[in-house]
Amino acid sequence: MAQASDVTMAAPVRPPKRRMNQRTIAPWVFLAPGLFMFVVYVLWPIVQSITLSFYDWNGLYDQDGAFTGTFVGVANYAELMTDPAFEVSLWNNLKWLALYLLALPIGLFIAIFLNQTVTGIRLYKSLFFFPFVISQVVVGLMFAWFYAPNFGLFYLLTEWITGQGTAILADPDLVTYGIIAAGLWPQIAYVMILYLTGLNNVAPDQIEAARLDGAKGWRMLWYVVLPQLRPATFIAVIVTVIGALRSFDLVSIMTSGGPFGSSRILSYYMYEKALSEYGFRMGYGAAIAVVLFAIMMVFISGFIWKMWRDEKER
Amino acid sequence: MVHKQAGALALVSALLMSTSAFAQQRVVTWNADYDPIPLAATEALIADFEAANPDIDVQLTNFDHEGYKTSIRNFLTADPPDLANWYAANRMKPFVEAGLFADITDVWDANGLNESLASSILSSTIDGKKYAIPYTYYQWGIYYNRDAYKAAGIEAPGPEGVTWEQFLANCETFKAAGIDCVTTGSSALWPVAGIFDYVSMRTNGYQFHSDLAAGKISWTSPEARAVFAELAKLQPYVTANHAAIDWQDAAAIFVQNKASHYVMGNFAVGVFKEGGMTNDNLGFMVFPEITAGVARAEEAPTDTVHLTAGAKNPEDAKKLLAYIASAEAQTKWNAAVGQLPTNSGATVDPADPFLSAGFASLSTATGGIAQFWDRDAEAEYAKAGMEGFQRFLVQPEALEEILATLEATRLRLYPQ
Repeated sequence: MAQASDVTMAAPVRPPKRRMNQRTIAPWVFLAPGLFMFVVYVLWPIVQSITLSFYDWNGLYDQDGAFTGTFVGVANYAELMTDPAFEVSLWNNLKWLALYLLALPIGLFIAIFLNQTVTGIRLYKSLFFFPFVISQVVVGLMFAWFYAPNFGLFYLLTEWITGQGTAILADPDLVTYGIIAAGLWPQIAYVMILYLTGLNNVAPDQIEAARLDGAKGWRMLWYVVLPQLRPATFIAVIVTVIGALRSFDLVSIMTSGGPFGSSRILSYYMYEKALSEYGFRMGYGAAIAVVLFAIMMVFISGFIWKMWRDEKER
Repeated sequence: MVHKQAGALALVSALLMSTSAFAQQRVVTWNADYDPIPLAATEALIADFEAANPDIDVQLTNFDHEGYKTSIRNFLTADPPDLANWYAANRMKPFVEAGLFADITDVWDANGLNESLASSILSSTIDGKKYAIPYTYYQWGIYYNRDAYKAAGIEAPGPEGVTWEQFLANCETFKAAGIDCVTTGSSALWPVAGIFDYVSMRTNGYQFHSDLAAGKISWTSPEARAVFAELAKLQPYVTANHAAIDWQDAAAIFVQNKASHYVMGNFAVGVFKEGGMTNDNLGFMVFPEITAGVARAEEAPTDTVHLTAGAKNPEDAKKLLAYIASAEAQTKWNAAVGQLPTNSGATVDPADPFLSAGFASLSTATGGIAQFWDRDAEAEYAKAGMEGFQRFLVQPEALEEILATLEATRLRLYPQ
């Protein structure tokens, strides 16, 4: 007994300490590569962009490699407040956000439509999913031709119907909607595939039970199917919102922000101010990026908060 | 097998020879952004230079044209070549101010360039020092389609051009015939700057253009309003939906006889001819006079080569610069590319009617030679201006709003 108690007495001195070390160090060792990447490629650039947004800098270092910018405080942000182009971009971003969410009901509708067993359904599903597979640049080009004045299919169609062709991309009032329509095409396909996988997991016994209780059509969809699709809806909302906010490529390919800047969105305006041929105002571009980041953070924090809450419930 | 061995042997010996050659030669590095035709002309120029200077090896690194605009900002600090291509006037100012381009006034003085390149002195000088060697430019003007004139039943203009009133009257006739009088494709913005610059220089002269681009003139001044008033007369005759198409798309409209005039640079002639036009139905005239008595100024953007501040071999690079500036080199290079030499001693192929016309138009332009709106104005100001011009050509009724926006931009960039 005495020996045993000796052992237990001696034991707390060494092994628990090692165990403590293992417990504290091991997670960090495993996290290290990821954390390193995250700090270097995500956190550090964020800090740098925020710092840069307080400077006026044309992107050049002098011959000795010294930074040539000057500190201007919040002047860049003050200028943003009165910049009409920034206002246009912000409004366009809101249009994108609102209209992009149309991808959800349309995607759901197509998913339900395709969620049946007929011969060749796999082929139809693939065809509907096809637009998501092609690059956004190609989508942009195709739609630009579709809208093109004089030879575009859409132009000819409107000319045939109304006698007066409508060149969407030359019209400052319509251009943003034209680009959003192009963006919706692949986004609907994406949402559709999310819902299709979701529909696979809908419990058949609940459907059966609901049917016995006389549920049909919209009521069945609203009260039985949709609640079970909540995880899919959640992901679909998040990818759609983020897709709408970072929809840079379509604007760049289809209009370069034109005509006279009416189709600009924040991400493109940032590129224009910071990196394009007539830009190189790095500080101002960084300020736009910070504003865009703040808007995105609202949605991203919501996403993280919900994930965290779900984890805790489990 | 034998062939292969012989080939391998030749390759090895070529490699040996080139390495031994490198050992003796001094290297001049040159970064450029040439399209295929100018690239071939430049390679020929380098070969001529190396033949005359066997101890110098010129290494040209060619970049993609658009990518170059970004990469030059990196390589000038990170890994400067000896020479770099860029543009004259305000376009080179950021690099000069950051101390990245070297002062080459001595090259100008030692080679008599102040006389032979006299027309480009202004655009190569910043604060009394020269930073550029101009080697080529091209004229802007009105290219017209004789077939469209025939279709509308109007007599095509002679080399002296037409009056502004006659031009607008012709436009009315073209419109009635369903032909666009002036076509352009402004999705990239800069083509509308050409139209605006010409109306501006014909209304108020070169100095106005230069001051306007430098932010010295208010957009709400009577002179600026006069320019927009003239532009408004032209606006109804410009191709509809030009804001959604490229300049090449507009060239197609022009080639298909659906448009009669195109305000463009001479580089477009190649595109027109690829589209099937010939010297017989393609014509060139200078932009008509608007205000009587204003000395005629023309647009002729100049391309330049610069010595970098970080050059490792500035002595030999200056030799090459002097060669690029020479009449002999410019005659050959520009003949191959189809542009105009900046050296007054150089000659132009008389068989090319457009080059000859351009040469005549520029050498008689007593008002001055402008670089182009987006090279005379600072980048940010240039872009704001071009958006205003484009908007005016689409929504002329928004004039007051356009002028207010432009004036606000001017006051922000050039505080009074």
